[in-house]
Amino acid sequence: MKPKELIARRVAQEFHNGDFVNLGIGIPTLVANYLPEGVSITLHAENGFLGMGPAPEEGSEDPDIVNAGGQPSSILPGGASIDSATSFAIIRGGHLRATVLGALQVDEEGNLANWMIPGKMVSGMGGAMDLVVGARQVIIAMEHTAKGKPKILKKCTLPLTAVKEVDLIVTEMGVFDYRQGLTLREIGPDVSLDDIRGATEASFEVSNDLKPMLT
Amino acid sequence: MPVSIISAKDAADLIPDGATVMFGGFMNCGGPKTVVDSLIEAGKKNLTLICNDTGLPGVGVAKLIENHMVSSLKATHVGLNPETGRQINAQELEFELIPQGTFVERIRAGGAGLGGFLTPSGVGTTVAEGKQVFNILGRDYLLELPLKAEFAILRGNMADKAGNIYYRRATRNFNVAMATAADTVIAEIENIVEIGELDPDMVMTPGIFVDYLVPVGGEK
Repeated sequence: MKPKELIARRVAQEFHNGDFVNLGIGIPTLVANYLPEGVSITLHAENGFLGMGPAPEEGSEDPDIVNAGGQPSSILPGGASIDSATSFAIIRGGHLRATVLGALQVDEEGNLANWMIPGKMVSGMGGAMDLVVGARQVIIAMEHTAKGKPKILKKCTLPLTAVKEVDLIVTEMGVFDYRQGLTLREIGPDVSLDDIRGATEASFEVSNDLKPMLT
Repeated sequence: MPVSIISAKDAADLIPDGATVMFGGFMNCGGPKTVVDSLIEAGKKNLTLICNDTGLPGVGVAKLIENHMVSSLKATHVGLNPETGRQINAQELEFELIPQGTFVERIRAGGAGLGGFLTPSGVGTTVAEGKQVFNILGRDYLLELPLKAEFAILRGNMADKAGNIYYRRATRNFNVAMATAADTVIAEIENIVEIGELDPDMVMTPGIFVDYLVPVGGEK
């Protein structure tokens, strides 16, 4: 299985029928493809609707419906159009069960950097800072390293998106949470603890109950 | 009370060089493309642009950036328009990047007569620099101040001649808040109908906020 698919499959296991969830761009978007049998979730698009459906077929796009990446999207039956103030009331008000985002860096304290690389092209944080302080669970879905370099660090060096808000990290090498400090809870297929230690700068505990990664 | 119905060119003529202007829309979805084109034809200069984003190259408000009509920008995300990034890096464009929830709530506060609000978004980040922090019931919040403009330019699917506006699907976005927060509000509308033809329950921006309607075709 490709790393991205593995990560998306594992994140999908977090959800229960009826959850309202915001999925970021990239690997997080893939999560919707791997929901377990019988689990249906409602996706929130922060630009203005609930009940996001799949991308429309070419030629049947509705220009009045785009997702938060500006790409053509669709609204499923039972969905709702909302204005931006309502959308961010949903976000900050703790009404989303979870947000799934990518990261440039995450650290031992649960700090997240995912919006800016100084000296590179200016992009902007969009809704990320609101999502990570507001959603009830913040799930980071990312590849474990970038060009061979660790992304789970002792301390983030890039400008932060939020302080101590990350709850769960899912990579192709394993699953970490912060319930008792940064702790490895599940280990990915075909990797050893030494592999993970070698690819991780942060110090982390290993759960006594370490399990193979759920997918 | 009927509002004035004017052309896109007349709308552009209302806006002087140097004006502070809010534009509705998210990546051009729900953005006022027709009035943007008129502003370009009129060759406006030194605008302060308040918009969620600067779109994709060649579409909507992106063209204001590309034509060097904007000297100051307040937005949440400009990453999909490389020309905006180029102008920022070349220091041709003054800019402020604002978390999206804070952006819309500052506009809402401006329109609602509030002196500001407290938000947890941005605490401990560069967004917090120079801002007061309040601890409320054990959690830190930033004081964010209201944001207003001289003009707001919006786009709606339907309006009656009293200026009541209905937005379709995901186009409501920032239009609703911006309608409340500018001295002069101009809305380009795909379908203008007679008073009485828009059910009051369908109205998302009541005409009390709206000064001018600009009829436009269904072009997207």
